Amino acid sequence: MATQAAVLSKPAAPISTGVLLPAFTLWWREIVRFYRQKTRVVGVLASPLLFWVVIGSGFGTSFRSGTAAGQQHYMDYFYPGVLVMIILFTSIFTMMSVIEDRKEGFLLSVLVAPVPRSAIVLGKVLGGTTLSAVQGMIFLVFAPFAGAHLDPLQVLLVAAVVFLVSFALTGLGFAIAWPMDSTQAFHGIINLFLIPLWLLSGALFPMSGASGWIRAVMYINPLTYGVEALRTLLYPAMPATFSLPSAMAILALFSLVMFGVAFLMANRRTTRPAA
Amino acid sequence: MSKVAAFADTDPELNSADLEPVISVENLVHRYENRTALNGVTFDVRPAELFGLLGPNGSGKTTLFRILSTLMVPTSGHALILGCDSAQEPARVRRQIGVVFQAQSIDLKLTAFENLWHQGHLYGLRGASLKARIEEVLGRVGLADRAKELVETFSGGMQRRIELGKGLLHHPGVLLLDEPTTGLDPGARRDLWQYLQTLRDEEHVSVLVTTHLMEEAERCDRLAIMNEGNVVALGTPAELKSEIGGDVVLLDAARNAGVLAERIRARFNVQTTVLDNQVRVERENAHRFVTEVVESFPGEIEALSISKPALEDVFIRRTGHKFWTEKADEQSNSEDHGR
Repeated sequence: MATQAAVLSKPAAPISTGVLLPAFTLWWREIVRFYRQKTRVVGVLASPLLFWVVIGSGFGTSFRSGTAAGQQHYMDYFYPGVLVMIILFTSIFTMMSVIEDRKEGFLLSVLVAPVPRSAIVLGKVLGGTTLSAVQGMIFLVFAPFAGAHLDPLQVLLVAAVVFLVSFALTGLGFAIAWPMDSTQAFHGIINLFLIPLWLLSGALFPMSGASGWIRAVMYINPLTYGVEALRTLLYPAMPATFSLPSAMAILALFSLVMFGVAFLMANRRTTRPAA
Repeated sequence: MSKVAAFADTDPELNSADLEPVISVENLVHRYENRTALNGVTFDVRPAELFGLLGPNGSGKTTLFRILSTLMVPTSGHALILGCDSAQEPARVRRQIGVVFQAQSIDLKLTAFENLWHQGHLYGLRGASLKARIEEVLGRVGLADRAKELVETFSGGMQRRIELGKGLLHHPGVLLLDEPTTGLDPGARRDLWQYLQTLRDEEHVSVLVTTHLMEEAERCDRLAIMNEGNVVALGTPAELKSEIGGDVVLLDAARNAGVLAERIRARFNVQTTVLDNQVRVERENAHRFVTEVVESFPGEIEALSISKPALEDVFIRRTGHKFWTEKADEQSNSEDHGR
């Protein structure tokens, strides 16, 4: 029997895959997969704009100058809320890819590769974060129409807030999606849990006008701080409920906690007998 | 960490059946909540061997595959891959194995090159050496000229070959494939097996492949036949078939197969098996036997056939039932949910 092997190049076996390279590759895959689906790109950009214009003008004419948002036009008041909604929906929905990856064999092929779970979480979450943060920033183009004229420093701060909110919500999306095996169940959770989260974030109505328990829920809702931070940055002249640094600190904490939860979820399966 | 690297090189010079097994499964047991999927499975896979796991759906193949590929921890027993326990040292085992799952793992929206590029990164390959390796692997699976095309434009057979390429990219010592030809047409199926044989011969990769198809099992160097969580036969296809004495005779009973089998047994002093309305007999010089049987029981036999033993006959001999039964199909469904 011929034992002469066809000699193929043997790359030096890497000592450890590490976290960054696999995380980078999963991040990049998420982005490439997104822009190759043109309908997804169009839908994500067009729908929030439509939402803002239709709901904003409707509410604006119904509650003209009567709201506790002061003398602000409702279209302007509503603008940061729509920005957060874009981030919320994109962040959560991009993590539906975790379920798709699981349904197809892709997730399996990552799980049998010598990749730390933290790299999987980091790559997927940063991928979703990038997509939703970029979309949020694109929506910022309309800020002048909402009466917000930003200098470069403000844009940078807005970008930081947008990133933190995106990261936290994508982490949350990952943690919800990881144990699920159907996208229907995922939709159920979104309707039950995430839409109220947005409604009670000060996006639609201000905290000052809310009744007792609703107000309490808004206080503990981390999204409130995202909406509030954006509103403070976009309309510095308006009275703020929280200071910008404290709102951003809370958002950073929220991001860390969500990433931790996502990481714990991703590690859960290996510690159980049946992965 | 350098210990890991030492394992990565399997010496191509050594190529014999007497060597340390590349996969060693010892008394492996796996229980799901209400069902035993593996009931003490033991076998070895030798270096540069094409080893088949043949069994009907629900026989425990998938469970065994999940344990070997580090996705599941067995209830008891060991699965060693190049000396590392898949449950104790999953990180090391993962470096050694290339896995091709039954489910599609490639991204249709990415090109062939991109699919392999991401895969390479997961294994710590990068840069120019990764590029070179991707070209090599694409050449190996016959898709070098399609590198820049989206995988969604490929045929089913070509997509499977990209899956195979993903499994090969990091020079695994062992390649594990779970029913790799599912959904392929016969031509693509033959091609894929051709690739597996080439890999074994030219790169000395040890290949473990699960299948429920007899004709695929025939192409393996050795195989383990599984039924209800047990290995019921182990050996080369030729060895397994040779244990059947002579030819296989199948008689279609006109009325009651059980009664006919009983009478044949009494009359000719042979072992009989009843399968549905058929009586099955293993017998040398079957042509003479058949004449005698037909003359002895006129009108009792509607049709008969004589054949050389096949792997299915080995399965029937060891288990007493046919390869495909409805019960097995139901079990496979519950196995799918049991992950």
